Amino acid sequence: MKVVVCVKQIPDPADPGALDPESKTLVRDQKLILDESDSYGVEMALQLVDTAGEGSVHLVSMAPNNEVSGLRTALAMGAESATLVSDDALKGTDALGTAKVLAAAITRSEPDLVLAATESSDGYTGTVPEMVAELLGLPSVTFAKSIAIEGGAAKVQRQTEAGYDDVECPLPALVSVTAGVVEPRYPSFKGIMAAKSKPVDEVTVGDLGIDAGSVGWAGGGQEIVSVEEAPAREAGEVIEDEGDAHERIVAFLDELKVL
Amino acid sequence: MGLDKIWVFGEGDGESVATITLEMLAKAREIADTVEVFMAGDGDDYAEELGDHGAETVYATGDLDGGMQGVAVASAVAAAVADGDGPDAFMLGTTQDGRDVAARLAVKLDTPVITNVVDLEVDGDSLLGNEPVFGGTVDVKTKNTSGKAGIFLVRPKSFAAESAGGAEADVEDLDVPDLGAMGAAKVTDRFAEESDGPKLDEAAIVVSGGRGLGEADAYAMIETLAKAVGGAAGASRAIVDAGWVPYSYQVGQTGKVVKPTVYIAAGISGATQHLVGMKGSKNIIAINKDPEAPIFAVADLGIIGDVHKVLPKLIEALNS
Ligand SMILES: Cc1cc2nc3c(=O)[nH]c(=O)nc-3n(C[C@H](O)[C@H](O)[C@H](O)COP(=O)(O)OP(=O)(O)OC[C@H]3O[C@@H](n4cnc5c(N)ncnc54)[C@H](O)[C@@H]3O)c2cc1C
Ligand SMILES: Cc1cc2nc3c(=O)[nH]c(=O)nc-3n(C[C@H](O)[C@H](O)[C@H](O)COP(=O)(O)OP(=O)(O)OC[C@H]3O[C@@H](n4cnc5c(N)ncnc54)[C@H](O)[C@@H]3O)c2cc1C
Repeated sequence: MKVVVCVKQIPDPADPGALDPESKTLVRDQKLILDESDSYGVEMALQLVDTAGEGSVHLVSMAPNNEVSGLRTALAMGAESATLVSDDALKGTDALGTAKVLAAAITRSEPDLVLAATESSDGYTGTVPEMVAELLGLPSVTFAKSIAIEGGAAKVQRQTEAGYDDVECPLPALVSVTAGVVEPRYPSFKGIMAAKSKPVDEVTVGDLGIDAGSVGWAGGGQEIVSVEEAPAREAGEVIEDEGDAHERIVAFLDELKVL
Repeated sequence: MGLDKIWVFGEGDGESVATITLEMLAKAREIADTVEVFMAGDGDDYAEELGDHGAETVYATGDLDGGMQGVAVASAVAAAVADGDGPDAFMLGTTQDGRDVAARLAVKLDTPVITNVVDLEVDGDSLLGNEPVFGGTVDVKTKNTSGKAGIFLVRPKSFAAESAGGAEADVEDLDVPDLGAMGAAKVTDRFAEESDGPKLDEAAIVVSGGRGLGEADAYAMIETLAKAVGGAAGASRAIVDAGWVPYSYQVGQTGKVVKPTVYIAAGISGATQHLVGMKGSKNIIAINKDPEAPIFAVADLGIIGDVHKVLPKLIEALNS
């Protein structure tokens, strides 16, 4: 079974960068890391291949400046190989453009299953995986909280507002996973060493046969027209509990007449 | 000046229309002359309520026989647009199915999706979506410049649902074309978590617990307190991921957006992804042992203290 996992490499959320008010793009000169949201997809893929007893896990990522740090982390977890799409023409690419690029890169591996996270930690449009499915002509299940492969189909528990749905989806298919679907492993020292020599195929937009004008700022069809600091909520009264803080809370609720 | 026509994605449970749909209708009425709803399921179930909230027509696919809404509704809408029946903009809720429909539709129409929108403005013959980014610390306005109908994914609780006193909406068929392999995913069973008391996103008081509770069993304090104040119990993602409570309890960016009169956060640090789900609450009470916890920056009443000491006394005081 061949599984492709989409992995996004993002600025460290502890140091998220900023939107440049001039160019309206995300300023990210720092090293990028594997989006934690995608570590679940990688782990899920490794477990599914393990259960199947055969197959491989391939990664696909689109990132600026030929960034591979996040890919190396996922390779160290156990993925076999990766495709990285990096190209200056991709600056400012929106979710739809990203999906076009990923879909073109994924097609090359003819996977049985494509995994992604339901949403990334930095852009969180939560639309890229379903767009990729549409571009590849695949059925899809989003918001998976568990996946099992049985008889050529993915059996998925899909999170809903009220609980979950059991969904059955024949392969090939795309499934997007939620955090907590599995416990991502930490790369072992051996894994980290092995990852250094695993193949990362670096390709450009041209290599994928994509017209540079259909991605990047030009391809976007949307324009950020203003970036403003949001009004902050004022902090109120803060007290230290000396055994009677509950009385202050009751008084506060009384004042609001909600009891 | 507004747009001529907006299509709002309708959701419902077979009986009543989802609140997010009604919220979007209130805004759509304000910015467009004609508001219509497109949805999966039986339009007759919802025509009266949708009409009351200002929708003139409901285009409904009928029963999807377990098929996923994303691919079915998007394909049906794309076909309608190709026939020249499309609107000037689409509004969909940031829900599981809303996102699926928006994403597939974006590909079919080759139009961008503007996501996480909390407000919309008319700008000439196009729309601006107002999107809070970086956990709500920065407001970004994005314009659809594609020259085609824009697709906007709207966050719940962005607008107040309000009846417009309209007549029952006309119900029309939204024909789903043959979906081929893309339509192969089927729902085989549905499970709903039972809960008594008010719903999390409708309760006047929400009591949420986080990792600071220390262990799964301590969550019982949150439920007892919620019951004592007639509210609903919620949670941070940390304890949902840890399996202490189901996902339906989660408040935040990937969970529910709540705007109660009072939000009580116990043992929750106040990560930006949690804050975007509850910052709109009228009053916030936080209990956390760390005086530096970011939750205190948004709290109207902050208690620096141990949840294991404060909560039992609070429950006792409220129950007596
Ligand atoms: C604050 C902010 C707001 C934005 N708002 C919008 C908007 O409203 N509309 C819009 O079209 N664009 C928007 N963008 C741009 C958008 O985030 C980028 O285009 C991004 O490349 C893809 O979207 P995402 O991260 O939101 O993906 P999501 O759909 O949230 O990602 C889900 C999953 O898809 C996969 N994936 C996504 N991107 C990649 C990648 N580059 N490489 C490999 N796998 C990937 C991963 O598995 C990821 O976890 C915004 C960006 C930022 C920073
Ligand atoms: C893409 C993405 C989406 C996310 N979506 C969400 C979301 O929807 N909702 C959400 O909540 N999070 C979300 N998160 C996770 C978020 O970043 C935080 O990790 C999470 O909110 C932390 O939960 P917490 O506050 O319970 O835990 P922690 O951050 O670990 O905080 C625990 C707090 O408890 C306090 N504490 C410890 N012991 C005690 C005690 N005895 N008494 C009182 N206080 C105590 C500590 O001081 C600390 O402040 C998301 C993250 C990502 C990357």
